[in-house]
Amino acid sequence: MYRYDEFDHAFVSSRVEQFRDQVGRRLSGELAEDAFKPLRLMNGVYLQLHAYMLRVAIPYGTLNARQMRMLAYIARKYDRGYGHFTTRQNIQYNWPKLSELPDALADLATVEMHALQTSGNCIRNVTADHFAGAAADEVADPRPYAEILRQWSSVHPEFSFLPRKFKIAVTGAERDRAAIQVHDIGLHLKKNETGEIGFAVYVGGGQGRTPMVAKKIRDFLPEEDLLSYTTAIMRVYNLHGRRDNKYKARIKILVHETGAEELARQVEVEFAELKNTELKLPEKDIAAITAYFAPPALASRAEGWASLAQWKKADADFARWVQHNVHPHKHPDYASVTISLKPIGGIPGDATDAQMEAVADIAEEYAFDEIRVSHEQNLILPHVALADLEPIYRGLVAAGLETANAGLITDIIACPGLDYCALANARSIPVAQEISARFGSAERQAEIGELKIKISGCINACGHHHVGHIGLLGVEKKGEELYQITLGGSGDENTSIGEIIGRGFEPEKVTDAIEVIVDTYLGLRLDPSETFLTAYRRVGPQPFKDALYGDKTAAAA
Amino acid sequence: MADKVLTANRLSDGISVWLDASGNWNEQLQAAFVARHKEAVDALEATGKQAFADNKVVDVNVVDVEGVDGVLRPLRMRERIRAAGPTIAYAAGYAGLTATAAPAA
Repeated sequence: MYRYDEFDHAFVSSRVEQFRDQVGRRLSGELAEDAFKPLRLMNGVYLQLHAYMLRVAIPYGTLNARQMRMLAYIARKYDRGYGHFTTRQNIQYNWPKLSELPDALADLATVEMHALQTSGNCIRNVTADHFAGAAADEVADPRPYAEILRQWSSVHPEFSFLPRKFKIAVTGAERDRAAIQVHDIGLHLKKNETGEIGFAVYVGGGQGRTPMVAKKIRDFLPEEDLLSYTTAIMRVYNLHGRRDNKYKARIKILVHETGAEELARQVEVEFAELKNTELKLPEKDIAAITAYFAPPALASRAEGWASLAQWKKADADFARWVQHNVHPHKHPDYASVTISLKPIGGIPGDATDAQMEAVADIAEEYAFDEIRVSHEQNLILPHVALADLEPIYRGLVAAGLETANAGLITDIIACPGLDYCALANARSIPVAQEISARFGSAERQAEIGELKIKISGCINACGHHHVGHIGLLGVEKKGEELYQITLGGSGDENTSIGEIIGRGFEPEKVTDAIEVIVDTYLGLRLDPSETFLTAYRRVGPQPFKDALYGDKTAAAA
Repeated sequence: MADKVLTANRLSDGISVWLDASGNWNEQLQAAFVARHKEAVDALEATGKQAFADNKVVDVNVVDVEGVDGVLRPLRMRERIRAAGPTIAYAAGYAGLTATAAPAA
């Protein structure tokens, strides 16, 4: 993974000291809140319902054991012993004191971490496929390009005060695990017919109040043009993006109002000016960054195949975990492991300090010191020998991290919701917990198969409800919580925005409604291999509306 | 007019607080001073503005409450959760702050 050079160390340390001075002046009263608020936000510090919240960047979701241990330490020393991994591949702490935050950031800096650009109208943490560098279906590792974008976009003077926040995602495989089509810019790393590396470029995707699927404006952008073309997009957005209306300020609105074709033309005009400038990426620079992400030396471990078969035969729980949480690796003797942060009835994305340390220990001993955070709020060990799966599983069992549900109905994404968030209108976590408990039986989950439920506590859609196979949006109606259900959303290579199915459900009725939807699906699917999403796309919403509301009139109410 | 209390978040640690009858910021909603007429609400708002200006608290708001069996209950769920804390068992095994050594960097 990328290692800080002297400049990086000096820069991050200087920002910590700058923030320490700002916090000191705020606490002494020298700085007023209006002046301080943008400064704290630039350092990832929000004010939520109960306390401040610190959002720490985990670039493209990649970290090592030393960094994970520091995240555990931050949780223990400055918070209440846990952290919340987010859909942006970051981690949030819910209870830090403002007065202690400079110390927390100084501790993070010792392991090359920070909270810069995790808030504000700038280019946020660049996200990537959580199986990057390991997946069997990958063309190339997207992380070197994400890192190049990170370096270019960090305190970029031209793009630090954009009309609105800006999110970039990169995937290196045909199977999109980074949800690139619901990002401001989505980059699909691919090879052209002559074997050269480049990108299909998508622009203007996003969720929130006005969900939009991104438009492809380039089929193939050579890798050397990554920064010049991205700069061209940013310039068009910075110039024409709506600054008059916060709700229309994202690039998706600009793309929608301008039209993808015209926007692409404007980008090409800018690009023509920039193409042969210092933004052109030299091959040696790409190679230098790529070298940081060289895969570990994976020795042949063919003995794992036989061992794995024996272990699976001897332990049904282990076999189930392998079935759901182990993903194919480029190397046939290896796999990528999903460590579910979705215990049955638990809080999606939360991990205690002890669990973080357990993951760090396992990663160090068995997984080449590599850990990822997925946008689905799980942790990943990207490189694991099949021969080590059993001891890893035992370690996870000891830490309460062995839930075998990756991609299943209890692998629910949920934002913090009204339990923490100052913007939320309704709670997300208790809804996720109740659904998880209802469908928690291993047999029932296996029968249902792949089904992604995503829950947001407000229209900002941090819980990605628009792209949930089943999406839940919490709203406040007459002072009470109400949950609107959408069906048919998807955040993969066939991205779609879910359709609102009808009137919303009260908190005590929403799990029953989910059960009706699931039972309807089980009743109409062609066979067990037809997933919920495939079945929904085949039959449309009507059978589900009929089952939920009895007749068409009620659904329209 | 609904009864009202003054709430904010303490500047130094962000913890939710309510203004009590002694003019102190208290971590318990139940200790809050309740304004039952316009003049009292005006006084609350003035106190809130001053406390904000004095850099003691941030995000100052007057919120509606009702008394139920002698217990103050905010009308909005948001404020009920602010007062009572998250509705979930969020910190399993958390034993309070303890001095711990930083991991080797």
